[in-house]
Amino acid sequence: MSEFARFTGTTTYLTSPSLESAVNCALALERPLLVRGEPGTGKTLLAEAVSAALDHELIRWNVKSTTRAQDGLYVYDTVQRLYDSRFQDKNVGDIRQYIKLGPMGEAFAAKKRVVLLIDEIDKADVEFPNDLLNELDRMRFTIDELQEEVAATQRPVVIITSNAEKELPDAFLRRCVFHFIDFPTPELMADIVRVHHPDLEDRLAEQAIEAFFELRAMKRLRKRPSTSELVDWIAVLRAAGVADVKLEAALPFLGTLLKKEQDLVAFADQLSGGKRWRS
Amino acid sequence: MYLPFLYELRARGVPVGTTEAVQLARALKAGLHEQSLDGFYHVARALLVHREGHLDDFDQAFLKVFRGVEVESKKVQDELLEWLKKAMPIADQLTDEERALLENLDPEELQKLFEKRLEEQKERHDGGNKWIGTAGTSPFGHSGKAARQGIRVGGPGGGRSAIKTADARLYQGYRQDLTLDVRQMQLALRKLRTYVRIGGDEELDLEGTIAATAKNAGELEVVVRPPRRPNTRVILMMDVGGSMDPFALLCSRLFSAAKKSTHFKELRTYYFHNCVYGRVYETERFTDPVRIEDLLHECGPHYKLILVGDALMAPYELMSPGGALSYEGEERMEGISWLMRLRNHFRKSVWLNPEPPRYWEGNTIENIRGVFDMYPLTLEGLGEAMSHLLRTR
Ligand SMILES: Nc1ncnc2c1ncn2[C@@H]1O[C@H](COP(=O)(O)OP(=O)(O)O)[C@@H](O)[C@H]1O
Ligand SMILES: [Mg+2]
Repeated sequence: MSEFARFTGTTTYLTSPSLESAVNCALALERPLLVRGEPGTGKTLLAEAVSAALDHELIRWNVKSTTRAQDGLYVYDTVQRLYDSRFQDKNVGDIRQYIKLGPMGEAFAAKKRVVLLIDEIDKADVEFPNDLLNELDRMRFTIDELQEEVAATQRPVVIITSNAEKELPDAFLRRCVFHFIDFPTPELMADIVRVHHPDLEDRLAEQAIEAFFELRAMKRLRKRPSTSELVDWIAVLRAAGVADVKLEAALPFLGTLLKKEQDLVAFADQLSGGKRWRS
Repeated sequence: MYLPFLYELRARGVPVGTTEAVQLARALKAGLHEQSLDGFYHVARALLVHREGHLDDFDQAFLKVFRGVEVESKKVQDELLEWLKKAMPIADQLTDEERALLENLDPEELQKLFEKRLEEQKERHDGGNKWIGTAGTSPFGHSGKAARQGIRVGGPGGGRSAIKTADARLYQGYRQDLTLDVRQMQLALRKLRTYVRIGGDEELDLEGTIAATAKNAGELEVVVRPPRRPNTRVILMMDVGGSMDPFALLCSRLFSAAKKSTHFKELRTYYFHNCVYGRVYETERFTDPVRIEDLLHECGPHYKLILVGDALMAPYELMSPGGALSYEGEERMEGISWLMRLRNHFRKSVWLNPEPPRYWEGNTIENIRGVFDMYPLTLEGLGEAMSHLLRTR
């Protein structure tokens, strides 16, 4: 095992000892790190922080429901090749120019060690994580069209994120170092808010955070606001010169926190009905 | 040192095997735990636990094994190693080779050793066990003569040994594989996916291009088409409460499997009790009713209907108007008629029954089978039901 640089967070990314441990295990053992947690718990941001702290380039792969494992390795642009075949100015016999590496392919081909972020892996098909296992283990693959192998000289730092409560295959889970990011406590949230709004007044910070956690405690919400919504909300409040936020009154710029129509209705319901706040 | 802990985790159904043991050994060897018990806690958790559902088990196991172990500033690695050696009544009988292995924590050798020990645990031997002192003279086992305050290896004591407790649950994690889990259900539900091509042009249609180019006397004609999008709409209705209680876990798994399936264009889930009478509910607590009339109005015959229930009830609940419940101002119709209505509206429907097929006769299940095609809620049954839903006629 080679010496490795330890990760201890950055000035703008707050970590906990357990998160640092997990990252360092992944770095030292050269295994992918799987981070799970609710939206807004800083999973995506972690990859950026690791990349910044270690001074490695960050390569992102944002997974969508239609993403296939192959897309991460390379795509062969047959359309372009067909088009080019109509003109004489390009040598269509050279397939190489039509092979485009995907994010995983680029990460393997990189000369220096990089951080590869596979973001929201649970969005793809249930089989998707299993389809990646081989390449993640071996850190190499073959481009069939060229009969060429792409192999990592420096194993990339792989960070994979997934939302909580989605099931992932066992075989995949066993390859990864695992970390579950808890939703921030009010104290940690205060620190996170500080990072984003260093010169925020204490009173507004306190009130906003309190209102935010009260709101999250409402049971009828379909989509509970997350950290990024709180940070945005505070930005809006400050821009508008709001100095006080009170739970009892309707919250200003509520739309920044609650994005769904039903949730706004549910919120109004609970306020006007004089029912208990936490139903 | 950490072998007892690994056993403890396994005992709690956390599937730690040689892969995990070896990773942990490598991490400790690299000093990732920074020689502290806290560090050990975080490192072990990151490497031994793979899903949040097991974090609590991890904590409990950790408390059980390490509570009272005094660490302070001492090197936890050495101490735990020492502890392990003492905890072995037959430590003297360890071969030099084995002892060297333990001290050096060589990953590969450790793996072999660990596997061997697991074998031995499986074969079970009462009294003298090799790892943790119980009835013997080990100073650390909790019923040993010299049991030291604070270091408990597990188990409530009083003759029941830690290993016995652990042993009883040692392979529970594997046994869970036998029941239908969410993932298996998800895979079965995948069969239902169908796709259509709609939306903006995005994807090369290779065959189309070749055909068009050939027709065009070799002049290239590129044909593109919209990408595939899921096209299956599913309605899942589930019986809850009463005789369904024993199947609650199984059913909730099916629900979450369906909810997690990304390949449905639409999934609606509803609950009912015993039989459908005029309404189904959006929640398990029977709030937010939805009238069947409205549902049929909103959902065309192309939706695939899946009902889940044991189909067991008192005959009058199925056969008399209004069934067990009745709603004011609503058409009073027998449960069985409501079921026929559903059946007649949708082109494709199935009933999944968690009750084993050997009980499917001489009760209301028989009546309901006359209405819906029924399949057992097993891996096989689920697969067949999905194939049935796909058959075009
Ligand atoms: N530990 C943290 N330190 C600093 N900011 C954080 C932290 N966790 C969350 N945030 C804030 O929350 C926002 C959302 O984080 P993000 O990484 O996008 O969440 P996720 O990927 O888990 O949904 C970030 O842009 C940042 O403003
Ligand atoms: Mg994210």
